[in-house]
Amino acid sequence: MKLMGYPRENGTYGIRNHILIIPASVCAVEVANRIAEKIGAVSLPHQHGCCQMGDDFRQTVRTLTGFGCNPNVGAVLVVGLGCEGIQPSQIAEEIKKTGKPVEFITIQACGGTTKTIEQGLSIVSKFAETLATAQKVPFSINHLILGMECGGSDPTSGIVANPAIGIASDQLVSLGGTSILSETTEVIGAEHILAERFPDAAQRSKFLTMVSNVEKRALAVGEDLRGSQPTPGNIQGGLSTIEEKSLGCMHKAGNTAPFIGALAYGETVPTEKPGLYFMDTPGEDIDSITGMVAGGAQLVVFTTGRGTPTGCPIAPVIKITGNPETYYNMEENIDINGGKVMQGDCTLDELGEEIFRKILLVANGAQTKAEKLGHKEFGIYRIGFTF
Amino acid sequence: MNPILKIHEKDNVGTCLRLLEAGEVVHWESFSLIVREEIPQYHKIALADISLHSPIYKYGQIIGLATQKISQGEYVHVHNIESIRGRGDKKEEC
Repeated sequence: MKLMGYPRENGTYGIRNHILIIPASVCAVEVANRIAEKIGAVSLPHQHGCCQMGDDFRQTVRTLTGFGCNPNVGAVLVVGLGCEGIQPSQIAEEIKKTGKPVEFITIQACGGTTKTIEQGLSIVSKFAETLATAQKVPFSINHLILGMECGGSDPTSGIVANPAIGIASDQLVSLGGTSILSETTEVIGAEHILAERFPDAAQRSKFLTMVSNVEKRALAVGEDLRGSQPTPGNIQGGLSTIEEKSLGCMHKAGNTAPFIGALAYGETVPTEKPGLYFMDTPGEDIDSITGMVAGGAQLVVFTTGRGTPTGCPIAPVIKITGNPETYYNMEENIDINGGKVMQGDCTLDELGEEIFRKILLVANGAQTKAEKLGHKEFGIYRIGFTF
Repeated sequence: MNPILKIHEKDNVGTCLRLLEAGEVVHWESFSLIVREEIPQYHKIALADISLHSPIYKYGQIIGLATQKISQGEYVHVHNIESIRGRGDKKEEC
């Protein structure tokens, strides 16, 4: 199947063409939301952007900037209060390097809420005129980046849904595309198996350090990780330990593709080197998906045993469950019923092929259930305190 | 369809593909066992006797340790196995 997308000046291709309003800090969220609502653009409501330090500060900047740079975004307006830690001009300058239209305004410079909304709407209206004439062009699968996530897992995730995604991921990578395994917490107990698939010793060691850092952080709390990981829902579903959850989770990475590298949270996936990557994200779904999309993923596949409505503001999220009861319980939210493998009505390979075909259809514009329902969950992974 | 899924030959627990009732005798391939207590769908059953503190295998890998003696056919979950990893509560012992 030929892929069609919106070409960007930096050589990437969007499978959607959003106008994005980025609040530089929590103080600008309400104004950014109102601009977005009035014109049908997308905003990124978040609670951060001021009084942060060090790696935590840089990670928040990288996430907001990464969303602006994501190929699914055609134009960006950054809205700041004016005095916050993350300066709106800093984000706008970085996004401008992609060649897409970018502007920034601040509430303090505009003179309050009403004037900022007016000025924002005037800028965004011009963006909308430009984007209305955008044409899709054919693009190579080498430019497609898939984020992989699992959440609300149960034993069917590890047995059916994750291995099926692994089959689709192996196929994507073998054709020259890119996929990202995420969720460092859910590698604890399975890292010895995944590490063997990193041919590059430096990247392997980087990956293992990411896993050990997360475990150290958990140990520092001084309590049993269980109850947080696995979650109460995982346990109710039948998963007993983090090791069991991780050994199911890792199947999303398939069997054949080697890992090219281990990326920091929200780090840009090197488009010149397609293949399988690992990204250091938390087990919490929304923060994890946000990190991969900030890194450039244009779409996400998400397996869920218990069921979840999760979407993303700028990237389609395809939901798959391995649990037939969950599919019928939350059919409104779940795109693919992998429960038919549990019931013996189809094979894992057939399900993998169905997922791969769905990825191509969604890349070409077919809406996911999360998109139809307007799900736009967004969350930044914090690794430090607010001062 | 087999009522129990054993993923790897090394595994000492299996996944119940439907609710198993106490007293049921389950046969598959050349194997059979008596279910000792009710086990919910997709939860785990002991395929062999497991002694205290010994490893629990699923996917051919260790998923935790037994916190008590577990007999073949018993329900295996958080009440009788525990994680080895991420145990801040046991930090002093590490």
